[in-house]
Amino acid sequence: MSVLLIAEHNNKEVRPFTLNAITAASQMDGDVHVLLIGNNCGDVAKLLSEMPAVKKVLHAEASHYENYLAENFAPLVVKVSENYSHIVSSANTFGKNLMPRIAANLDISQVSDITKVISADTFIRPIYAGNAFATVKSTDAKKCVTIRPTSFEPCETSGGSAPIEKIDATEEFTLSKFIKREEVKSDRPELGTARVVVSGGRGMQNGENFKLITDIADKLNAAIGASRAAVDAGYISNEHQVGQTGKVVVPDLYIAVGISGAIQHLAGMKESKIIVAINKDGEAPIFSVADYGLEADLFEALPQFLEELNKLNSIQK
Amino acid sequence: MKILVAVKRVIDYNVQVRVKEDGTGVVTDNVKMSSNPPDDNAIEEAVKIKEAGKATEIIAITVGEEKSQETVRKALAVGADRGILIKTEGIVEPLAVAKALKKIVEKEKPDLVFMGKQAIDDDCNQTGQMLSALLNWPQATFASKIEIKDKTLEVTREIDEGLETIEVDLPAIVTCDLRLNEPRYASLPNIMKSKKKPLEILTTADLGVDTTPRVQQIKVEEPPKRKAGIKVVSVAELVSKLKNEAKVI
Repeated sequence: MSVLLIAEHNNKEVRPFTLNAITAASQMDGDVHVLLIGNNCGDVAKLLSEMPAVKKVLHAEASHYENYLAENFAPLVVKVSENYSHIVSSANTFGKNLMPRIAANLDISQVSDITKVISADTFIRPIYAGNAFATVKSTDAKKCVTIRPTSFEPCETSGGSAPIEKIDATEEFTLSKFIKREEVKSDRPELGTARVVVSGGRGMQNGENFKLITDIADKLNAAIGASRAAVDAGYISNEHQVGQTGKVVVPDLYIAVGISGAIQHLAGMKESKIIVAINKDGEAPIFSVADYGLEADLFEALPQFLEELNKLNSIQK
Repeated sequence: MKILVAVKRVIDYNVQVRVKEDGTGVVTDNVKMSSNPPDDNAIEEAVKIKEAGKATEIIAITVGEEKSQETVRKALAVGADRGILIKTEGIVEPLAVAKALKKIVEKEKPDLVFMGKQAIDDDCNQTGQMLSALLNWPQATFASKIEIKDKTLEVTREIDEGLETIEVDLPAIVTCDLRLNEPRYASLPNIMKSKKKPLEILTTADLGVDTTPRVQQIKVEEPPKRKAGIKVVSVAELVSKLKNEAKVI
């Protein structure tokens, strides 16, 4: 049996997490077939067909597929799913929104956000925001699985030549309507996928002081994070929140500034490759997870940090 | 308008979760439990809609063990009118929860169902979408803004790229993001009053819902421990270590 992977795209390009999802899908069972649902997205079909891990592209077009409403996508996936052992997508807002609708329609208990494929039916997934890892075995005949993109490498994008098969569209679901999408135009990388994250906590004392964080983040091409305490105190909006009730981040470098290291926060960042803590309280729990701890007043340390970065000949971006 | 709000009792987000030595799960005995944080946003939104005169009744519902009543009572204390506990034992997967909720929706016929976007214990992020699928209703997930129109709902959703606005016909399912609102605290008089509000107790067997798990939890492990790091004495040393030792900048 083959694995059916649902591609995320914007009708012009493949969205990057699809590449990680293809890698995970190819570890599950048989061949990976990609289901492309969209509107005027022939270019995307071609891009997908060139990925060596993809053995076939199933391509459905309709105007009501333009804005990826789950209510329109799910019936088509259900219809196509018959000959597949697995249905897979990324565990980002696209896959999280869509996959449970498919799973419930197929009467399947979904396995969410896996970080490892053990075998065709057994996976590892984090629970309690990564405070524990569960090995789970799906006993459903078919598996609906979403994958955590940062846990799998992106697949190769060239060298393949999979056939593209056109398939019929399903009817429109008329009870939901897309109105608009406002993509955040930021030069800064997205918090969930950034290579470097610089976060501030309650120690920042107010919103204006986050400028000290922003300056460092600019220099390192980093995303800006915050503890729940900083968000609750109103220093910064909660789209920046890292933690159990915010985003879980796994950057190469995480710099925690003025953050004590409450469990809530640690849950969201302790899988980071290198952790730096800057805090004037030497007893702060954050130091127990930090690779490099600096016991210092952040209001002195951050300007010095910027100065030191300015002295460097080159900085990785 | 009638609003059904689904809530879940979970380990409090400030508690250090510990894995049981036998690897069968996490320790929940003598651990502080609370309502799932995004569910608090769901209740808050329902109460605000009622306060604005646009809703007549709020029903808080949970699927869980006997003690989950506490979570329903908390919802009653902040403004829900009555509660339902669907009593279960052990792990109940989102699909089974959705099936149980569907039975209640068919009976109560709410115009809206609210719940948190995700529970912070199993982190599945499925129940709302599944319920919506089972009912063939529209879904608005990860909602950070809700505007009630005549017979529709305009919802701003948090997506990876930024924000998306959709319009859904009622009845609909909405799963709530933390950005949606600021949940209120229950005052002591309201906590006392909530004890007198009606709370119906049913079982999944009463509803004819099979809760047999389809996903076996084989083992639960602690994440790998981080090895102890070092303290640096100056910013210059820190930057040098990051550049030359960790090679991350």
